[in-house]
Amino acid sequence: MVCLWYSTQGKNIEKVLIANRGEIACRVIQTARRLGIQTVAVYSDADKNGLHVSMADESYCIGPPASAESYLRQDKILDVAVRSGAHAVHPGYGFLSENTEFAELLHKEGIIFIGPPSSAIRDMGIKSTSKAIMSAAGVPVIEGYHGEDQSVDRLKSEGSKIGYPVMIKAVRGGGGKGMRIAMTEAEFESQLESAKTEGIKSFGDDVMLLEKFIETPRHVEVQVFGDQHGNYVYLFERDCSVQRRHQKIIEEAPAPGLTEDLRRSLGEAAVRAAQAVQYVGAGTVEFIMDKNGKFFFMEMNTRLQVEHPVTEMITGLDLVEWQIRVAAGEKLPTLQTDLKYKGHAFEARIYAEDPVNKFMPGAGPLLHLSTPKTDSTVRIDTGVTEGDEVSVYYDPMIAKLIIWAEDRPTAIQKMASSLRDYHVIGLNTNIQFLADLVRHPEFKAGNVHTDFIPQHEADLFPIRNITDITLCQAAVAMVLLQQKDQRKTRVTNILDPHSPFSQCMGTRVNHAHSRRIVLQDGNKDLVVNVSSEKNKSFTVKMMDKKYDVNGWLEETGDKMKLIADINGLKSSCHLVRRDNSIHLFTSDGQHELKIPVPKFLEASGGGGGVDDAMAPMPGVIEKINVTPGSEVKTGDPLVIMIAMKMEYVIRAPRDGVIEKVFFKPGDTVKKAAALVHFKESEES
Amino acid sequence: MTHLRRFVNRLYHYETNTTIGSQPALDSPEYKENFDRMQILVEELKNRVAKILQGGGEKARERQTSRGKLLPRDRINSLIDPESAFLEFSQLAGYKLYGEEEVPAGGIITGIGRVSGVECMIVTNDPTVKGGAYYPITVKKHLRAQEIAEENRLPCIYLVDSGGANLPRQADVFPDKNHFGRIFYNQATMSSKKIPQIAVVLGSCTAGGAYVPAMADESIIVRKQGTIFLGGPPLVKAATGEEVSAEDLGGADLHCSKSGVTDYYAQDDLHALHLAQRVVSNINYVKSPGVSVQTPEEPLFPADELYGIVGDNLRKTFDVREVIARIVDGSRFDEFKAMYGETLVTGFAHLWGYPVGIIGNNGVLFSESALKATHFIELCCQRNIPLIFLQNITGFMVGRDVEAGGIAKNGAKMVTAVSCAKVPKFTVIIGGSYGAGNYGMCGRAYGPRFLYMWPNARISVMGGEQAANVLAQISREQRMREGKTWTDEEEKALKDPVIKKYEEEGSPYFSSARLWDDGVIDPADTRNVLGLSLSAALNAPIQKTKFGVFRM
Repeated sequence: MVCLWYSTQGKNIEKVLIANRGEIACRVIQTARRLGIQTVAVYSDADKNGLHVSMADESYCIGPPASAESYLRQDKILDVAVRSGAHAVHPGYGFLSENTEFAELLHKEGIIFIGPPSSAIRDMGIKSTSKAIMSAAGVPVIEGYHGEDQSVDRLKSEGSKIGYPVMIKAVRGGGGKGMRIAMTEAEFESQLESAKTEGIKSFGDDVMLLEKFIETPRHVEVQVFGDQHGNYVYLFERDCSVQRRHQKIIEEAPAPGLTEDLRRSLGEAAVRAAQAVQYVGAGTVEFIMDKNGKFFFMEMNTRLQVEHPVTEMITGLDLVEWQIRVAAGEKLPTLQTDLKYKGHAFEARIYAEDPVNKFMPGAGPLLHLSTPKTDSTVRIDTGVTEGDEVSVYYDPMIAKLIIWAEDRPTAIQKMASSLRDYHVIGLNTNIQFLADLVRHPEFKAGNVHTDFIPQHEADLFPIRNITDITLCQAAVAMVLLQQKDQRKTRVTNILDPHSPFSQCMGTRVNHAHSRRIVLQDGNKDLVVNVSSEKNKSFTVKMMDKKYDVNGWLEETGDKMKLIADINGLKSSCHLVRRDNSIHLFTSDGQHELKIPVPKFLEASGGGGGVDDAMAPMPGVIEKINVTPGSEVKTGDPLVIMIAMKMEYVIRAPRDGVIEKVFFKPGDTVKKAAALVHFKESEES
Repeated sequence: MTHLRRFVNRLYHYETNTTIGSQPALDSPEYKENFDRMQILVEELKNRVAKILQGGGEKARERQTSRGKLLPRDRINSLIDPESAFLEFSQLAGYKLYGEEEVPAGGIITGIGRVSGVECMIVTNDPTVKGGAYYPITVKKHLRAQEIAEENRLPCIYLVDSGGANLPRQADVFPDKNHFGRIFYNQATMSSKKIPQIAVVLGSCTAGGAYVPAMADESIIVRKQGTIFLGGPPLVKAATGEEVSAEDLGGADLHCSKSGVTDYYAQDDLHALHLAQRVVSNINYVKSPGVSVQTPEEPLFPADELYGIVGDNLRKTFDVREVIARIVDGSRFDEFKAMYGETLVTGFAHLWGYPVGIIGNNGVLFSESALKATHFIELCCQRNIPLIFLQNITGFMVGRDVEAGGIAKNGAKMVTAVSCAKVPKFTVIIGGSYGAGNYGMCGRAYGPRFLYMWPNARISVMGGEQAANVLAQISREQRMREGKTWTDEEEKALKDPVIKKYEEEGSPYFSSARLWDDGVIDPADTRNVLGLSLSAALNAPIQKTKFGVFRM
């Protein structure tokens, strides 16, 4: 491989190892490839067919699926780096991206860590230290307790001193992990305990800090860059206020409603923060901003952020390229005075999760995946393709959909339409939720804050009723799909390919064939009658209503479209039939209608029954509290599961005696798997 | 290069054969009147059928569904492949046949549908009609379905739910050759010819009925619903004093686990039908039509123009080519001997991609027409081409000249050819079907695989008027011999009832009620019905024809 790019000012980086997975690994590989740098991927057993593996020039397996045994194993990654002859390691985000030992380890081996010096990571990684430094540098910070006395009593009294509500945060935490809010003194202890448990789980550390909790604050962060020559710039701010489970879900740049003065003072404060720790490379200074535009330093993320693409979209820069250049010792390519932003960008994070079920993370196969067309204004960063599995072991993010437009309203509109074209089947996603979110008038007005989702809950989780039109579309699609299947029989007999038995669809002698189609919307049965009329049209009857429908299927590539004229109204929708469901992607969103399974097939299925306690989501069994014969009461914890590094307690759905326990700790379970079987109750 | 182009050109012209048919004057009063009158007939047909589809009425249907059982037509819909066509026969069987006693569809639904990709004959009792009891017409329709299955090698699926023979009519149901017993004879002989026999017991199978599942190659029974026994509980009690419930005497548990009378145990109707699909999917049945198949092409003209062309007045003539043009692929027709024996049209075409030879009437049959037909039938038999007869025939020409010309022996040649032809034959009576014309044009007696009638058709030994005239003529001559007078009033009094009787008995409803045909169809459906029939018929390998002695 010929290296197309040589640093003119520093060390050459001809080969880079990406110590990450998923979309960010793919993202880094893309830039590296553009710069003519060879790429080395590492992967766990769960990712052996991952997109990043196939994209990289070389790839190495580094262990079993669990992160702690693969992507977090510094020794193994270092070994691969040495073996492959990589000049540098890009850590992506998460995993080892803010791990000082790792950075130092690489340094010792003479391998460049594409990130800030380990001292900066250390300074910024410990929140109490970082705040003290910031305070000293004249960056506004928020009230809190960052002390070493971690006794519950001390923490509790400090909490009272700050005044409730108080935020409890793991000192080494981030991304919402190891973070809890105590609204009152009464719940302080339980929240503290919970934050500590998660801290241990996520970072192996349970040192906590306390902070004043600001209500309805905005989360505004500034992208900064420093080089090894003492130059600093800020690449403007991002607003990441709209969050769920304390995790970002949609980000935008620039932040709406900011004056240029405020923008500049934010940027300059961020640069001061970077300077204070002699920062090098890409970093993000997070601020909390109240309603009046007053902002306080929260923390600095010493890595490339998930949401960096929105900054790239408005500045036209490639931040990974900048990271590599800076790591190679080059000067920053552009200085502050030459930096301009243009237009408005959004990033929507598409997650495997169930918004209506408290955004419960999900996992599973991407049975069907079709995405909007990408161009210079529509960008999709993803690490998966159709047929891949969203694994229980890692973050359930499927993709990032990034949109750019001249102005914010246009960008929102484009985001909404692109989300409509983003079709995923196989697992629950937040796509519909995101679409509802961006269409919300308050979001459109730019009135975003971190409590946006709970505040507008009623609007954001509308009760979705299937419209008659959608039902017509579904019923007619069902018939047309069956006709298509019927036509396929011609393939099975090449000697008799055109028999009218496979062509004269639904033909009956002297009467029209009427089909009774039952579809289920959740638990609701919808009954539709579809009868054939002349010229291949249909009459669709439901309840007391009647529709004349003329419809046909159009197949383009892997997409199937139904074009239907319903009582003169022409519409089109994408559809996918999978297993026992028909999925429609109409102008008002995604709809899944279940096709009832006949009783005789139901009986032989493998799913859980009424006497089972089931896994609410895919995950790994952590602990089992019961054994066969245990007597339990409703609400007793039966099983503790870990999924997405979060703990879930599966409780007894009713009083009873346990008959069987199907798993043991460490087992991986699928969603809706029966975990524990109850003895059939006496009454039933 | 030139050479190549010439070759391509020749290929091109080879592909474009002659199309027939002409655009009718849609605005002409005659066309409009014809259209309206035929439409009235078709609507009448559909209305009558719509009522028949309801089976034994609302109450009986409710009784059936309230027990968790499916209605017979829903059973068929659930059995056949989704969206498969269902070619149903003789919906009008038993129509006004037993006076006040109505037996819709003859109490049994028969037809061909695709099950697991295989074209099967489905015979379904309708328990909403007199408890599914076998009337004489029920037996006839069941046997006809089996005959179709046997001739065309179609696997048989019997959806059994019947109380057995209609006891008051036992004399017309039980003893004769083509009565109840023939059903089981047919099952045995078809099975011996490797035509699968599958029974699905969805209700009772009592006495003789017990043999349907017992004689089947494979049988399925629904738990707590299907029962099979030679004698029911009342009979058992009367005979031996033993008291036993129907379920214990012949239920699914008993027959699947102890007696071995049935092979598959179903939870409910849907499960039983699903098991039947599984059974069919395992029969390893291969259909090889044995004819060259083309890609089908719609005719150039819309089918419902047949209404305006044909009308309902049999005295008005129409060119049968206009009918052919609305039935065959691309309206393409290679006419054979177009200028010879012009009252009969013969030629080659494709219908739903299958090659067919078509014989259609354009007037009374002459010696030449009969000879031409004989020649054409010989060609089709030699080449394995199925034959379609479009019957609209008053008969053979009469008179001294034609008799002297040997019309009897020439007609006999045609009848011999039609009788002996082993290629699948299909007859549609599109107008009149009278006398020896019915024979020459492959009437029911000549074993067409399928025979359909249009609602405007008439069938009788001769026209009503003609018969009345003949009778009047004979009476008048007798009176004259006796020296008596014969007034016009007397003549009218004799003729009117004859005309009325012929009118009634010549009606397609009268015919179809008695199963002289396989159904009355909407002329606009002719292409599809024939296509489905052809497809079904080609399940059986085409046999070699050996003609009898042609009188020369």
